Amino acid sequence: MIDYFGDLVRWFGENWAGEAGYLHRTWEHVTVSGTALVLAVAIAVPLAAWLGHRGRGGLAAVSVVNIGQALPSFGIVALALPFTIRLADALPFIDSGLGFLPTLVALFALALPPVFSNTHAGFRGVDPEVVEAARGMGMGGRRVLAAVELPLAAPLIFEGIRVAAIQVVATAPLGALVGYGGLGQYIIHGFATRDSVEITAGALLVVLLALVTGSAVGRLGRLLIPPPLRPAPKPGNIPPGQHVVPVRGGSASPLSTKP
Amino acid sequence: MIARTLIDWGWILDHLDEIRDRVGEHLLLTGIALGVGLAIATGLALIGLRFPGTIAPITWATSALYTIPSLALFAFLVPITGLTVLTAEIGLVSYTLLILFRNIVAGIQGVDPAVLEAARGMGYGRRRLLLEIEIPLALPVILAGVRIAAVTTVGLVTITALIGQGGLGYFILDGLRRDFDTEIVLGTFVSVILAVTLDFTLVLAGRPLTPWARRKAAA
Repeated sequence: MIDYFGDLVRWFGENWAGEAGYLHRTWEHVTVSGTALVLAVAIAVPLAAWLGHRGRGGLAAVSVVNIGQALPSFGIVALALPFTIRLADALPFIDSGLGFLPTLVALFALALPPVFSNTHAGFRGVDPEVVEAARGMGMGGRRVLAAVELPLAAPLIFEGIRVAAIQVVATAPLGALVGYGGLGQYIIHGFATRDSVEITAGALLVVLLALVTGSAVGRLGRLLIPPPLRPAPKPGNIPPGQHVVPVRGGSASPLSTKP
Repeated sequence: MIARTLIDWGWILDHLDEIRDRVGEHLLLTGIALGVGLAIATGLALIGLRFPGTIAPITWATSALYTIPSLALFAFLVPITGLTVLTAEIGLVSYTLLILFRNIVAGIQGVDPAVLEAARGMGYGRRRLLLEIEIPLALPVILAGVRIAAVTTVGLVTITALIGQGGLGYFILDGLRRDFDTEIVLGTFVSVILAVTLDFTLVLAGRPLTPWARRKAAA
């Protein structure tokens, strides 16, 4: 056991540099995860905000969560490969090599449901009387959306982004199976060569990155959310009953899929 | 470049036996995980309800387990328990705990205090109160938790293909290795169907267990 920890420490001392070193692998991991998350937020937030503002898309929000939950993340990553190869056949300027694109497509698809459904729930959850008051003060639809509903929905939107970010970082290792780099390389390579030191090191790095990502996005959210609306910092403060999110018409779902 | 066929129906028809076996394996892995998870979560929930101070730490611990990326958790376990069913089940069970524990506790805490008062007045002891009043009335919330856990577990089982288990995940992994799209589509698609079917079955199974819900809807 002592040997094992010694090997692990030595692994971290020896494998930090170069193309296959963990600094570069972490960077690859962050690049593909970040791009996928930014794209998902850029598409899902405005769409869900508009639908929520108009009081529509309830069924879409429920379906997107349910489908997202039933789809295995491993399957999404694997399916992204034939999909992007076809895309690259049709559009020759797209480079499907190196596995970046299939990984990106899969992570993007995984990030959409939590961001979409949380944003939608955030907008639908705004007290109608508040909206009424804003209209009474002479605000138009667009100002109500941007100046009233958006700030009130911000805590839920950022919770959705945080959940999506953790999930994306946690699933990105599967990109190693479709030829991408990232920290999954160590786990997959370690499985193949039965190298438990490499497996454990890779897993440690993934967990660490997921934790850092979760807390970084959480912090960013708290900075951007108007102070009176900021949630309690510790999840332990919330009584357990409030975590249960009953969703009308479909299965009662938490707003995330397990990474 | 040669056009790739997305679904080779001939291959699927030739492999129906194997597909059936993998579906069986998939359901077995899911079933064990749910059964063991439900047993552990019930135990934890009983502790939590008896000693409310323990609810926060149990929630914290099960959330921490839930947050570990599945691939990483399996990776941690492989050096200890090897490429075995046990490794797969430890991971799968630990992911069901948070949802099940939370819903069992919320369900039982949500029982109308007036009902409990009435039962106590009728001479119900703690044990009978739990078995005959609290658990039956909490069933809809508990069932909602079981449904989420079931759907999540069906998806997660596919990942256990990487540690030599996997049920339908085997097809996905094999399809990637052999660069054969049919297997990837088949594995993913059938896994989704399993998840949806299981969810639906649980809803149907829940109906006779909560007859008052139907009566209320009819009234």
